[in-house]
Amino acid sequence: MQPRIPSPSASASRADEAASRHPMRQIHTDRIIDCIAALCIDACRKLPEDVIGAFHAARRTEVSPLGKSVLLKLIDNDRIARENDVSYCHDTGLTIVYVELGQDVHIVGGDYQAAVQAGVRKGYADGYLRKSVVGDPLLRVNTNDNTPAVIHTEIVPGSDMRITVLPKGGGSENWSTMKFLLPGEGAEGVKRFVLDAVTTAGGSACPPLTIGVGLGGSFDKVTEIAKKAILRDIGRYHELPHIARLEAELLEAVNRTGIGPQGYGGSSTALWVAVETYACHITALPVAVNIQCHASRRKSAVI
Amino acid sequence: MATHRLSTPLGDEAIRQLHVGDEVLLSGTIYMARDAAHKRLVDLLREGRPLPVDLRGQTVFYGGPGPAKPGHAIGVVAPTSAYRMDPYATVLFDHGVKAAIGKGNRGPALQECCRRNCAVSFSAIGGISATLFSCIKSAAIVAYEDLKTEAIQRLEIEDFPLLVTNDAHGRDLYGEEVAKYRALLAAQG
Repeated sequence: MQPRIPSPSASASRADEAASRHPMRQIHTDRIIDCIAALCIDACRKLPEDVIGAFHAARRTEVSPLGKSVLLKLIDNDRIARENDVSYCHDTGLTIVYVELGQDVHIVGGDYQAAVQAGVRKGYADGYLRKSVVGDPLLRVNTNDNTPAVIHTEIVPGSDMRITVLPKGGGSENWSTMKFLLPGEGAEGVKRFVLDAVTTAGGSACPPLTIGVGLGGSFDKVTEIAKKAILRDIGRYHELPHIARLEAELLEAVNRTGIGPQGYGGSSTALWVAVETYACHITALPVAVNIQCHASRRKSAVI
Repeated sequence: MATHRLSTPLGDEAIRQLHVGDEVLLSGTIYMARDAAHKRLVDLLREGRPLPVDLRGQTVFYGGPGPAKPGHAIGVVAPTSAYRMDPYATVLFDHGVKAAIGKGNRGPALQECCRRNCAVSFSAIGGISATLFSCIKSAAIVAYEDLKTEAIQRLEIEDFPLLVTNDAHGRDLYGEEVAKYRALLAAQG
């Protein structure tokens, strides 16, 4: 007996019917450009409230007088940047853009990727933000507009477009690292690897740090989730109890290294450690550490 | 730990008085140069050719500012990581540079180089660019304009807040203080 295959016309009419029940929402690329430009400027000029709150909390617990004075200067610097409409730090980073794109959105007006890059270009020009990108890693000629940004796009249910801009400074990024541990090394192996990364970075990564740790996934996935971890609000633990426990233990261990604010010695080496996980292969325990400096800039908006 | 108010150029006598942990408010002329400019300068010295600017006796600031807003002498700036300059800085210190301004710990070769040359490495707090750039009163590009933010600029600074982190006596603040606090925190259990 022949299988019953729907005729093309029947399939098309069902698609039309679905489309009429869930009409695509249109978003123009001009809106995306303006949104990303504003996010770049805002992110670079104002640290998030949770980061400022963590500076204040660290000032209360810091054991070194010099460390306390550094933390106060970081708080002052955020105020000065806001008052004068200038960026908190001169290194306004390589721009990482995360887009959660609702599957019921239809982008009109032009090319989506080009619009994201145009938004970054506009933000860095209008906001007097430093252009820190060279077009080729070996030829090293500055592109003069801070593009290309690194873009991560995820298709999600719904008809919204959520955009997050993470301007990532080079001084801390340079100390990030990944390794495939043996599966049996477990949580203790992860702790050793994270502590080694932090002590190797020392004062050069501009502590107090936010540390993003990726566990599991593949070679590419583990670094992606380590970076996503630094987007998490300071003070919010992972929802899985054993991962939340690991986060707390890592933070305590990092803050016993003695590195302190700016590496001048002290107990506030990190403000937070966030761990993100993914399933992985039976042979592997991949771990990645993304180091973020005290200028932990990030800003989101929904279109 | 003392606080010193000093002006450039820094002579041997002034540098010998500085010890790790001392705070310095520095004024006068300094030269801003970072990664790409350092590579070019050291290539010239290795070829036995003259530098585009005479850095003997001078202070080098490892910085790369943002663009200047209208009405400002310069864009926001704070020091970049000093360790990346170490392989070049040892050559420049041997050539006659007397002081450097960066952030973060440096390697043993640089520490020995400071002792050998009666030179000093200062740190300013990394990332507080919105605060530090107001200490810069004027700025002029003097070489390598094509490097954009990495061009060499001559700056006039006033009371630029610094910490002595590698002194001419061979000491290193980062190593000493981190070890001290690590031991202290371990003792607290």
